[in-house]
Amino acid sequence: MSSSSAFNDDKGGSSSIGEPEYGHDPASGGIFSSDYKRHDDLKEMLDSNKDSLKLEAMKRIVAMIARGKNASDLFPAVVKNVACKNIEVKKLVYVYLVRYAEEQQDLALLSISTFQRGLKDPNQLIRASALRVLSSIRVTIIVPIMMLAIREAASDMSPYVRKTAAHAIPKLYSLDPDQKDQLIEVIEKLLADKTTLVAGSVVMAFEEVCPERIDLIHKNYRKLCNLLIDVEEWGQVVIINMLTRYARTQFLNPNANESLLEEGTEKAFYGSDEDEGKEEKVEAAALVAKRKPYVMDPDHRLLLRNTKPLLQSRNAAVVMAVAQLYFHLAPKAEVGVIAKALVRLMRSHSEVQYVVLQNVATMSIKRRGMFEPYLKSFYIRSTDPTQIKVLKLEVLTNLANETNISTILREFQTYIKSMDKDFVAATIQAIGRCATSIGEVRDTCLNGLVQLLSNRDELVVAESVVVIKKLLQMQPERHSDIIKHMAKLTDNIQVPMARASILWLIGEYCEHIPKIAPDVLRKMAKSFTNEEDIVKLQVLNLAAKLYLTNSKQTKLLTQYVLNLAKYDQNYDIRDRARFIRQLIVPTDKSGALSKYAKKLFLALKPAPVLESPFKDRDHFQLGSLSHLLNAKAGGYQELPDWPEVAPDPSVRNVEVPEWTKCSSREKRKEKKVEKPFYSDSEGESGPTESADSDSDTGSGTGSGSEESGSESGSEESEGESESDKEEEEEKHKRKSKSRAKKSTQESEGSEPSSEDERKKPPKGKGPKAASDSESEEEEEEEESSSESSESESEGESESDTDTRMKQKTCASKPPPRQPKKETEMSLLDLDDFEPTPSPQVTPVNNFVSSSLVTDLEGLSLSDSALSPAAVSPASGPVKSYELLHRITGEGLSVSYCFSRQPFSHDPHMVSVQMQFTNNGDTEARNLRIQEPKLQSGMRIAEFPEIDVLPPGETVTMVMGIDFSDSTQAANFQLCTHTRKFFLTIQPPVGELMMPVFMTENEFKKEQGQLTGMNEITEKLTLGETCQGDAAIVQRVTSTASLSRVPCGSEMKCRFAGKTVTSGSLVLVTIVTREQLVAQLTVNCEKMLIGTMLVKDILQALSQ
Amino acid sequence: MIHSLFLVNSSGDIFLEKHWKSVVSRSVCDYFFEAQERASEPENVPPVIPTPHHYLISVLRHRIYFVAVIQSEVPPLFVIEFLHRVVDTFQDYFGVCTEAAIKDNVVVVYELLEEMLDNGFPLATESNILKELIKPPTILRTVVNTITGSTNVGEQLPTGQLSVVPWRRTGVKYTNNEAYFDVVEEIDAIIDKSGSTITAEIQGVIDACVKLTGMPDLTLSFMNPRLLDDVSFHPCVRFKRWEAERILSFIPPDGNFRLLSYHVSSQNLVAIPVYVKHNITFREGSSQGRFELTLGPKQTMGKAVESVLVNSQLPRGVLNVNLNPSQGTYTFDPVTKLLSWDLGKINPQKLPSLKGSMSLQAGACKPDENPTINIQFKIQQMAISGLKVNRLDMYGEKYKPFKGIKYMTKAGKFQVRT
Repeated sequence: MSSSSAFNDDKGGSSSIGEPEYGHDPASGGIFSSDYKRHDDLKEMLDSNKDSLKLEAMKRIVAMIARGKNASDLFPAVVKNVACKNIEVKKLVYVYLVRYAEEQQDLALLSISTFQRGLKDPNQLIRASALRVLSSIRVTIIVPIMMLAIREAASDMSPYVRKTAAHAIPKLYSLDPDQKDQLIEVIEKLLADKTTLVAGSVVMAFEEVCPERIDLIHKNYRKLCNLLIDVEEWGQVVIINMLTRYARTQFLNPNANESLLEEGTEKAFYGSDEDEGKEEKVEAAALVAKRKPYVMDPDHRLLLRNTKPLLQSRNAAVVMAVAQLYFHLAPKAEVGVIAKALVRLMRSHSEVQYVVLQNVATMSIKRRGMFEPYLKSFYIRSTDPTQIKVLKLEVLTNLANETNISTILREFQTYIKSMDKDFVAATIQAIGRCATSIGEVRDTCLNGLVQLLSNRDELVVAESVVVIKKLLQMQPERHSDIIKHMAKLTDNIQVPMARASILWLIGEYCEHIPKIAPDVLRKMAKSFTNEEDIVKLQVLNLAAKLYLTNSKQTKLLTQYVLNLAKYDQNYDIRDRARFIRQLIVPTDKSGALSKYAKKLFLALKPAPVLESPFKDRDHFQLGSLSHLLNAKAGGYQELPDWPEVAPDPSVRNVEVPEWTKCSSREKRKEKKVEKPFYSDSEGESGPTESADSDSDTGSGTGSGSEESGSESGSEESEGESESDKEEEEEKHKRKSKSRAKKSTQESEGSEPSSEDERKKPPKGKGPKAASDSESEEEEEEEESSSESSESESEGESESDTDTRMKQKTCASKPPPRQPKKETEMSLLDLDDFEPTPSPQVTPVNNFVSSSLVTDLEGLSLSDSALSPAAVSPASGPVKSYELLHRITGEGLSVSYCFSRQPFSHDPHMVSVQMQFTNNGDTEARNLRIQEPKLQSGMRIAEFPEIDVLPPGETVTMVMGIDFSDSTQAANFQLCTHTRKFFLTIQPPVGELMMPVFMTENEFKKEQGQLTGMNEITEKLTLGETCQGDAAIVQRVTSTASLSRVPCGSEMKCRFAGKTVTSGSLVLVTIVTREQLVAQLTVNCEKMLIGTMLVKDILQALSQ
Repeated sequence: MIHSLFLVNSSGDIFLEKHWKSVVSRSVCDYFFEAQERASEPENVPPVIPTPHHYLISVLRHRIYFVAVIQSEVPPLFVIEFLHRVVDTFQDYFGVCTEAAIKDNVVVVYELLEEMLDNGFPLATESNILKELIKPPTILRTVVNTITGSTNVGEQLPTGQLSVVPWRRTGVKYTNNEAYFDVVEEIDAIIDKSGSTITAEIQGVIDACVKLTGMPDLTLSFMNPRLLDDVSFHPCVRFKRWEAERILSFIPPDGNFRLLSYHVSSQNLVAIPVYVKHNITFREGSSQGRFELTLGPKQTMGKAVESVLVNSQLPRGVLNVNLNPSQGTYTFDPVTKLLSWDLGKINPQKLPSLKGSMSLQAGACKPDENPTINIQFKIQQMAISGLKVNRLDMYGEKYKPFKGIKYMTKAGKFQVRT
């Protein structure tokens, strides 16, 4: 008994004491007396001098609030007591105030002065509590007062008050979002706080107010990581979630390699043996390693290290937060540690289990191996709630593989006997999924399911029918007896979905059961009017199919069914009937379509894929509400994709971070050590290098053709003043990276430079130069390929041949200048250098002799550490197309080219580089794309609007177009501030693909799978100028974005690529027979693309 | 974060509401009631329910739904864990967490909720801090309060919130200094028809009751710490020390707390302390079924298996049972078809058994599912995993505390399939 109820007994005379529910409820003192009276009573008590009376009154009022009763009319009487001495009264008044202030704004202001006084109290706890209540009063007028109070509290001596200030920030923000900027200042200040007490609260405020200001975290990142373990648990959750996002923007993907590997293994997983998978893995690894050796940022490591102990937390939310952090950020090999902790959480309350299982289900798709040792922990108990059972089932299904499938199926068998029918239905579906994914057990599963057809429970039978239907579609010819068996079931099963499935099956495979099918139709015709809609549709379907295959027997029946359907109540059915009649019954009017009726109805249907509903759910941050609901919840912050290039790590350096400097030095040293490896190959391909390094440094007056030159330059720059250091470092990295790429990719000369181009913010000088110098380029290429053996020694003279690269020659002589300055210059003096080969157009591409190419590629295979640059586009010269002539464009001209770079925002898009030149004399404003008119399936990622294009200027933009693997043109409007132009981009078929790296064996294997209709072979006569490997390679790669497959034979050239949108492989083989006769073979799943590609390549080669 | 909290009892009445931000109308709970209606069992209500403007996250404890209202993205486990913490606190304060207890102490509940969350973000959830802020109601204090008019809100301000060991309040004084540790292990197992173990694992906890003066620093070491496969700690445990030496070193909170929970994986052979012989058959065509069940101890190291309770959900077709227990009593609920047999202690000399017949619905066909048997039991003075505490030492204080350690093994989710 609380004191309040005791009071009720002796004091609440008017109350009905005997009332059972309200007897001990102080709030409803006089349930039958009027509100007015009762509240009068309370007011009197509040006005008295005695604290005990006040307390009683307040207790009764709070009890009213708790029950959801309205007590707002007591506001004046209560507010008076805000300065009461008694702590409990005071606290209860606070409770009241916070609850009703919003409704009684004017009166609430009366209390403010008390809190303002409290803010100045010498006791930190009183200051804190005053701020806490003040900020909880949701009255807009006091926003300035709150702002002031928060500012002051943020620099309070006491960390506890600072913590309260952090708590107050989101309150004020929700009251008045206009204060955001000021609040961000406070947040910035509090983020710098070094106490654990504040850390959690301020990060929470950060997440609510300005989660996008990731830059505020930089300086505090290391501190947060180090404090983490001592922060209170709720703060830990918030900090870990925020740091996950932060890390995704700042570090490189530690699994960049694996993600490729996975693709490889995924394909190989089912049906092929392990060895093959491994082989592929190795290759993929080699391929990946070529990109660049991955070194984890020490800060990234710090985060992983400091969060790991928290897996041992008693708080499930903390464990989950760490688990998701590891899942999203850790290298694959380290993710395993979270499995054990997550399995432990499954012992907790069922709600915790529910959430954890959802997340495990998602994880188990990506990282099956992680949970395999804990398979048995997911076994289902009859006492589990249904939702838990279904989730466990999901996890078990995801974990199934060849080795454990027999145990899992045995488990499933016991589940099927469960009394929980929903669960049984889910189990049947799970069996279906196992059967589709693991070929070995398909027949076993099918037999098991067929047995279930005789189950007494209709739901079970219905579910089995649906699943069997899906399984049968995979190999119908072997299972006509099952289909027969199911035909018999139509007499008994009533569940519409199951009936519909059976009818569909019979219709689809009516040729396997020619005798039974018409009979089923007869029966269905009889009961047609009583069937459900989906069943009726399937009856129509069945009738149509039978009519087409067996019209003698079923003509009349079909007519009958169609007539019935004609007058059906449901318009879908009427429509379908009309449609089918027109299509199958030949009349004089019937159009061309009826000829194809059979093709339409009896086309080969692809077997359905049974997929987990948790597939791809990991694009939501795990552990989040959005992930659980599989829908974006309000305020959800997307988990960003890993950056391609790590942003500058030095932003996290704090004033005196001795050790960090050291580490970055170390890193640099590492890089230098690597250089000599590359320099070998670089030396071999002198001319290429010269062009490259030039564009590398921004095509300035500078560093010149000699690699050593630019290198020493960068070394020098290391000794530079601190202020320049950051930029310098970045640059340095960039450089070494592009260099790394070069070494193996010499043959694909222009590639690395355009890579550079992408990184440089101002996309200088587009393909214009390319169009100008195109003819020259080609010449030069031929030259270079013929000369390539000598090219080593001729580095400089070679570069001389390119008359436009004046700078280069001078660059090779004078002592190298600081590359940084050069960049700046080049940025400023764009015009001066306009004719300079701009990066992606560099007339580089000197195809080094084919043997060298293969050598290099061989090298890249053998030594994975050395070999960067994998699938980067091979390229010939980039052709530029005119999009808008300057006359039609009234001074504005636009040209575009396919830069063959992966489009960074969406890998399924072809990136189109557009160059805008303003030849007019007025500036063009607001250049942007509007109203794309696209074929279905196409998408456009527009370039950011160009604000101003002054006369004479040129700007290059990159936009992405998903042509959805067709050569259909993309139409759109280009708008300036005054005009609109209708423009069209039609891609050559060769640009719809991107290079894929393959080995010869792999190539042969893939080719073996793409025969028959997918293979097109043509004989051709090579053009005069097109003799020798190198020329062929050059021609082909310039026609299509493919990469060469290294092979031993001289006579054969192989190329591989995949289409950008669907990723279908495109394999090209050219076998030279005699002098000029060759044979071209293209294997591609997409026949249309294959045909067109053949045409294009033929043309290119026979010229 | 958490906007509002509604407490809903099993009959669907909202008996308490608390808002931390603007008031959310209680009509938002209608979505919850809808979901509740759809669910066949109370525990089948989905923990997270999306509504057009809010998200409802609920937990069910002691037949009360704690429904939290959320407006924007927040990790669901964060809310769920917090709600459980609220329930634990209530239990700690009032002894039980029932509707009646909450209604009786509505003011204390309100004060607690006010302290636990600020603007929907957890503020003070440590029981030691809360107890300093708000004194738990005891009978004595209630009487004194009524007479003197004093309050159960702490007079002094909560210093614990400011200290480096926030879980322990300062100035603790006892005349008898004592520290008790209970090692409680639960066996989760699934046994199949033939009696072989499909899966078995041990979940253990060490619950402590520490009443020591001042700021004691304790270390607890085990004879066989390698047994512990996976552990989770109270925040007071120094993780580094455990990593390095496998010793638990900590400054304990005052009063009751869970020091450690651990897991002994199924890889280590888990001893199953009871076996079950069963014979449950239904004959086709007859309206009778046979039911035979015998329990026996095994691998108990001579300790008695006590408080044995057998539950089984019989198939829907079963109308009634007519059984004969050799010891204890059994009940059968013809509505829910739940058979439960309370047999007490297993006597190894005379094994307990339950035999008899079941009558089925006339004309109904034989049920194709077999019931599973759930067993509960307790074994005192034994930790089935073999975990043993080696010694407990105290540093930092001069007095000599009284120390005690107790072991117990219980059945967790112990299930026999038939």
